[in-house]
Amino acid sequence: MTEQAFIEVDQVEKVFDVRRKTGFLKRERREVRAVDSISFTVARGEMVGYIGPNGAGKSTTIKMLTGILTPSAGRLRVAGIDPSQERTRLAHRIGVVFGQRTTLWWDLPLIDSYKLMHRMYRIPDARYRENLDRLVELLDLRDLLDSPVRQLSLGQRMRGDIAAALLHDPEVLYLDEPTIGLDVVSKVRVREFLKEVNAERGTTVLLTTHDLQDIEQLCSRVMVIDHGRLMYDGPLAGLHEAGESERTLVVDLEREVPPIDAPAPARVVKVDGPRQWLAFPASESAAPLVARIAAEYPLVDLSVREPDIEAVIAKMYAERAGA
Amino acid sequence: MAETLGTSPGPEGFRTSPGPEGFRPVEGSRLVEGLRTYRLIAGMWVRSSMTYRTSFAVTVLGNLLVTGLDFATILLMFSQVDTLGGWSLPEIALLYGLSATAFGIADLLLGSMDVLGGRIRDGSFDTLLVRPAPVLAQVGADRFALRRLGRITQAVAVLGYALAAVDVDWTVAKVLLVPVMVISGAAIFCALFVAGAAFQFVAQDAAEVQNAFTYGGTTLLQYPPTVFGRDLVRAVTFLVPLAFVNWVPASYVLGRPYPLELPQWTAFAPPLVAAGYCALAGLAWRAGLRSYRSTGS
Repeated sequence: MTEQAFIEVDQVEKVFDVRRKTGFLKRERREVRAVDSISFTVARGEMVGYIGPNGAGKSTTIKMLTGILTPSAGRLRVAGIDPSQERTRLAHRIGVVFGQRTTLWWDLPLIDSYKLMHRMYRIPDARYRENLDRLVELLDLRDLLDSPVRQLSLGQRMRGDIAAALLHDPEVLYLDEPTIGLDVVSKVRVREFLKEVNAERGTTVLLTTHDLQDIEQLCSRVMVIDHGRLMYDGPLAGLHEAGESERTLVVDLEREVPPIDAPAPARVVKVDGPRQWLAFPASESAAPLVARIAAEYPLVDLSVREPDIEAVIAKMYAERAGA
Repeated sequence: MAETLGTSPGPEGFRTSPGPEGFRPVEGSRLVEGLRTYRLIAGMWVRSSMTYRTSFAVTVLGNLLVTGLDFATILLMFSQVDTLGGWSLPEIALLYGLSATAFGIADLLLGSMDVLGGRIRDGSFDTLLVRPAPVLAQVGADRFALRRLGRITQAVAVLGYALAAVDVDWTVAKVLLVPVMVISGAAIFCALFVAGAAFQFVAQDAAEVQNAFTYGGTTLLQYPPTVFGRDLVRAVTFLVPLAFVNWVPASYVLGRPYPLELPQWTAFAPPLVAAGYCALAGLAWRAGLRSYRSTGS
């Protein structure tokens, strides 16, 4: 991986003027900061997850990175190109998959959509055939090429869309909710494929998702955005600390006892018969706590539950909202 | 594996590595690029519509029938009167044929631009913006439908009848003016479609406003200017230059007084008017697209 920034985002802002109807011919104007002074860089070959609640500014960021939207302020470069200034030049170097909008031709056999890409992107014949073969193999599309797209399942169509976005050898692939609505098997397949492409071609991948498993299995780095601001940028593991998350120790005792007297900050959060739940900071070791309980209580069994990221992020949002 | 794909860039960076930029050979001018894109997309739509052959045949036939009824209305009127606003049936047929042919061509080429508003609403417009192709050409070719040939067929038939039936001393200038009128008229209607589409960037549900000008415009032009109020004729001459599709040049061909007492040379102005109006529509389109890209709605 090179240290050279492939995607550069420097204090980028996007401000929308929202007009709301407040009466007959009366409009109220309000400024909405969809993206509020965001800065980050992505190196070539990185796989980055971009997450946040709806309306946080994820899509707006992606739209600026693909040249669809012009930033209100700040500097933005993808492969050295200013996306809003040179939209078509950039288009040759990026691949985009919008999870909920297919770019495939509904009534035509899947292969026809690929032939269109071949010509529209002016992909040299040999390269086109090579890429098509490889993508068809990796995404298991062989039997689908001659089927009209309208007959494909959601998962098949998503695979078809991903292949369409990669035929022209883009250096960066943007995926907006690539696994939305897919069944478990299809999700796994899409993730496997993305890993493969990243490893094989060094394609930089930036994906937005609601499915944190996508992030867990694909991305070494995650960026969290909320209210247009970057809240977190770093490894997935660090997200727990940033969110001050807690792990849960579940203990089964021989009989019902009053809530365990645990040393702070650990505390009992739930009691159900002989089973008790204790919360303690994710950053601390469970060993001392376990030792103490084992010494003082009739312990039968125990398990430690890792915090799920969803809860971590929810907590992060809540804290920000309260601040 | 990376070797077989051959694009794996070294740590020196991407600027020197042979990347997909190598896929961009000599790109022609924007116009050539636009026409190429238009052809590619329109071709896909034609093939799409051919997957439902019966439906296609039925709609072509229906189209022919409906547009045929259009002229039948005029015939019906002439069964009661001899002239309309002082114009005879062949003369009205000439107006009709010119306007309907010009409109039919524009409608075939850009008639589906009114789906732009819907594409903006459902977000699929964004998928066009990430393609390495002019957006106007992509939107223009959207939903390209050969069934619209039905309208042109009917219009050309009426035009043919009119040219044979009108009482005109054909001169070289008059003969040449006929194709010039059709082509300029088509360009004027095309400009209207583009301007209407540009307006949809501002108001996404404005497709009907656009239709009022295009479909409404062609209906208006099927009747002589003498049946309309002076203000309307003025608007249609100077504001939206529909009068140059047929009224003004056809008046020259038929040796009739010009609407609004325009000078004689204006009969030969349609190409200029069309060029100017196309340029304006192009500017409107660019402004609309720019506003979309800054507001995202």
